[in-house]
Amino acid sequence: MAAGETRVRGIHHREGMSNTAQLVDFPLRRPGQPYPPKQYADFRSREGLVWSHMPTGAKVWLVTKYDDVRAVLTDPRISSSPRHEGFPSVGRTGGVPNPDQVPGWFVALDPPDHDRFRKALIPEFTVRRIREMRPSIQEVVDHRVDGLLAAGSEADLVHDFTAAVPSLVISALLGVPHVDRDFFEARIRLLVTMSSTHDQRDQATREILRYLSRLILVKQKRPGDDLISVMLASGAMSLQEISGASMLLLIAGQETTANNMALGMVTLLLNPQWIGDERAVEELLRYYSVADMVALRVATDDVEIGGQLIRKGEGIVPLVAAANHDSSTFERADEFDPGRSARHHVAFGYGVHQCLGQHLVRAELDIAYRTIFERIPKLELAVPVEELAFKYDGVVFGLDSLPVRW
Amino acid sequence: MRVVANPRGCIGAGQCVITAPAVFDQDEDGIVVVVDERPAEAQLEDVRAVLDLCPSQSISLAGD
Ligand code: HEM
Ligand code: SF4
Repeated sequence: MAAGETRVRGIHHREGMSNTAQLVDFPLRRPGQPYPPKQYADFRSREGLVWSHMPTGAKVWLVTKYDDVRAVLTDPRISSSPRHEGFPSVGRTGGVPNPDQVPGWFVALDPPDHDRFRKALIPEFTVRRIREMRPSIQEVVDHRVDGLLAAGSEADLVHDFTAAVPSLVISALLGVPHVDRDFFEARIRLLVTMSSTHDQRDQATREILRYLSRLILVKQKRPGDDLISVMLASGAMSLQEISGASMLLLIAGQETTANNMALGMVTLLLNPQWIGDERAVEELLRYYSVADMVALRVATDDVEIGGQLIRKGEGIVPLVAAANHDSSTFERADEFDPGRSARHHVAFGYGVHQCLGQHLVRAELDIAYRTIFERIPKLELAVPVEELAFKYDGVVFGLDSLPVRW
Repeated sequence: MRVVANPRGCIGAGQCVITAPAVFDQDEDGIVVVVDERPAEAQLEDVRAVLDLCPSQSISLAGD
């Protein structure tokens, strides 16, 4: 029993333990720089997990080591569902819609409820399907670059390119008319901003769902080759669930990709030796890990992670950016080095919820960088990096604008 | 070494397909299929990487 006893004694619990003596406030600030907060290194060096205090007043476990993040994301006793007491939220008012409010919001469902949605959508996101989609993504990107070139010799690359491309791609995929892009962007912005109020969130959610349910009725009469029509034909979901799943795809597909594209653009402009190297995309995903605090969890039983006892009903935030900068997994983790093999990064999560759109993201980033640097070789930043407007208030980290010239 | 996939665990993330395309494919439902059960030694390194990369731990190597 000696081994067993040692293990039990090795488990930390928060009362009186040194690693929890300092209750940290979360989310952290990262003034003037786009990289994951420097304090993550300190968190990783502590024993166990980090007990922290959220703007809502709730206390949650922050998970920052690579192995621990993977362990959290694959443990069946740890749930993605806000239906459980203690489920965390990173914003002032809580970010994740409840699947009871938004049926079909399957990222917040556990297996087996989750599986029906995922299975219905996987065929549209396979490596092969995304490869087939490349020409249409190229067309979207070319069109935006035509627009940039026609408009002059300077632009806000966020507004005119990095926010536009993912939005146009996911809209086309879902069958949402392009003309309604502004409608969606304004509402999605409220949903991904930490300081939005309850009312703002509720209203944005209701308006998006109302729009989508009307669109679904149109698709019922006149099916196309879009995802909404595919979901309708699958028979696997109710109409309400299709609205919710479509809303999830719109939000998940846009903000993350747009932000990673913009931040990556800055990195490539500052490190032009990597422009055109196809390994840059994977490293940019690891390096920025923009969906740092998107995967939220709650323990449905007492669980031990990384030597820390998590009690049933305690919230858990596995920080994928912290895991992706863990130097025990990635050497010189804070350096941008596409030459490394970064494939095992967890920027897309791990376990059954690992990003459904990941191959689409890879294609979008690859085509966007390839095309813009080829067609506008003189592209450069129009302001110093320190003056860029980073999204400190974003659930997903990114840039509000990116002034460039050529 | 024989490559074994568990289609019931597979969540269609496609890590296997991009890492070892000569060994894995996805069927029309997006679920893993092993196209080369006994890959040559040269492929085995990629297959071993997949054991770790597959987010649902649906790939294994059998000793037979
Ligand atoms: C850089 C871009 C992106 C990043 C960093 C990213 C990151 C993530 C992460 C970390 C998760 C896991 C969440 C969890 O475990 O709770 C996730 C799930 C998901 N992502 Fe992405 N994502 C990106 C782009 C996209 C795109 C383009 C789409 C869709 C078209 C998409 C659709 C989804 C969906 C539907 C899920 C939920 C999957 C499930 O629950 O089975 N994402 N993403
Ligand atoms: S990596 Fe795993 S989950 Fe993804 S397709 Fe292959 S077997 Fe399925």
